[in-house]
Amino acid sequence: MSAPYPEKLRQLEELFALMPDRGDRLDLLISTAERFREVPPEIARRPFPEDRKVPACESEAYLWARRRDDGTLKFYFAVENPQGISAKAMAVILDDALSGAPLEAVAAVPDDVIYKFFGNELSMGKSMGLMGMVAMARSSARRALAGA
Amino acid sequence: MTAISQRGYANPGVLVSTDWVAAHLNDPDLRIVESNEDPLVYRAGHLPGAVEVDWARDLNDPVRRDYLDRAGFEGLMRRIGVENDTTVVFYGDKNNWWACYAFWVFQLFGHRRAKVMDGGRLKWEQEGRELTREVPSYPPSSYRAPDRDDSTIRAFRDRVLAHVEAGGDLVDVRSPQEFSGELLHMPDYPNEGALRGGHIPGARSVPWGRAVNEDGTFKSAAELRAIYEQEQGLSPEREVIAYCRIGERSSHTWFVLTHLLGYPKVRNYDGSWTEWGNLVGVPIEKGR
Repeated sequence: MSAPYPEKLRQLEELFALMPDRGDRLDLLISTAERFREVPPEIARRPFPEDRKVPACESEAYLWARRRDDGTLKFYFAVENPQGISAKAMAVILDDALSGAPLEAVAAVPDDVIYKFFGNELSMGKSMGLMGMVAMARSSARRALAGA
Repeated sequence: MTAISQRGYANPGVLVSTDWVAAHLNDPDLRIVESNEDPLVYRAGHLPGAVEVDWARDLNDPVRRDYLDRAGFEGLMRRIGVENDTTVVFYGDKNNWWACYAFWVFQLFGHRRAKVMDGGRLKWEQEGRELTREVPSYPPSSYRAPDRDDSTIRAFRDRVLAHVEAGGDLVDVRSPQEFSGELLHMPDYPNEGALRGGHIPGARSVPWGRAVNEDGTFKSAAELRAIYEQEQGLSPEREVIAYCRIGERSSHTWFVLTHLLGYPKVRNYDGSWTEWGNLVGVPIEKGR
């Protein structure tokens, strides 16, 4: 049986799919990035630990996951590159879509989900960085499922 | 930061300061071009009057892995209103990484009236200068381009292989983790588009970002020589081939060696690791 898919992620994908025009999609991503809120100090303070840094992300994104009472995860992010707008947009999307989602569903989110939001015109470096954010969220869910 | 003219560059005229650009925003003989890795950055705010040149849509062939041809380049230049005698000033995110990439592609078509804004977007933003979301429109130009010249500043794999066998100088400008090959072996993370990790034998590891200061400006010629010559043993007397993953970061190093240090024979291997790391039978070294 295939893993469940996060419902909020599916809804966001449908929203972006309604925007075939590249400019409209970019504008939506920019407005999404503008909702970015950095990890609160009660979760992490600078200097952020290296083990929370997203590998391959050149915007210096960091990710934290905290267990909630219902067993799901709440995700927090920092993006140190002030020009890392795409990383901020991806952070907002992942928080909106995966915080509170069933761990099994988060653990199965594929890397290439980034293209549902950004389209295919991403550099390899940018793709790797954004996929790295997805992978780190996925790893957090897998560790939580394993009881780590 | 020291003035550009006092940094000892071989070709100081290829760089312009943010002050200079701010004073020339309305210069009709100038076209300011923003080129970024992040597709959202230009649309979120750019220099007044700047047009965007997108690496994927504007500089690459849409089907083959190659750059645009003469007709494509003419179409691009006409669309952004650049005449043959227009000076193009490039700037962008990531310390002008993609701006240098666009600069390099423009040189394949011989557009010599080209400069880079020292410090790129980062410095402009940090100085609190104006950014706008208004996308400008310019009258189409009548630009005429020659055929693309791949023979002088571009390297293809057969040349790189011969260069390796001859003990030629190579600079790998990727991260140390990519150079060593360890990045490909990190579980649960995307690979870098190659079946094998490591580097081309004999290559020196000089991550591209070492050429810039924290504010995004280029280091002085003396500082650059300390890295590329005293530390790594490169020499302007010998041909150098720079590479990275797909040839974008290495175009930044090509720019530094060619224009700031005055090396006469520098090539960018744009096939880079995504080609070399997938080729059958070519030599590869691993480790640092």
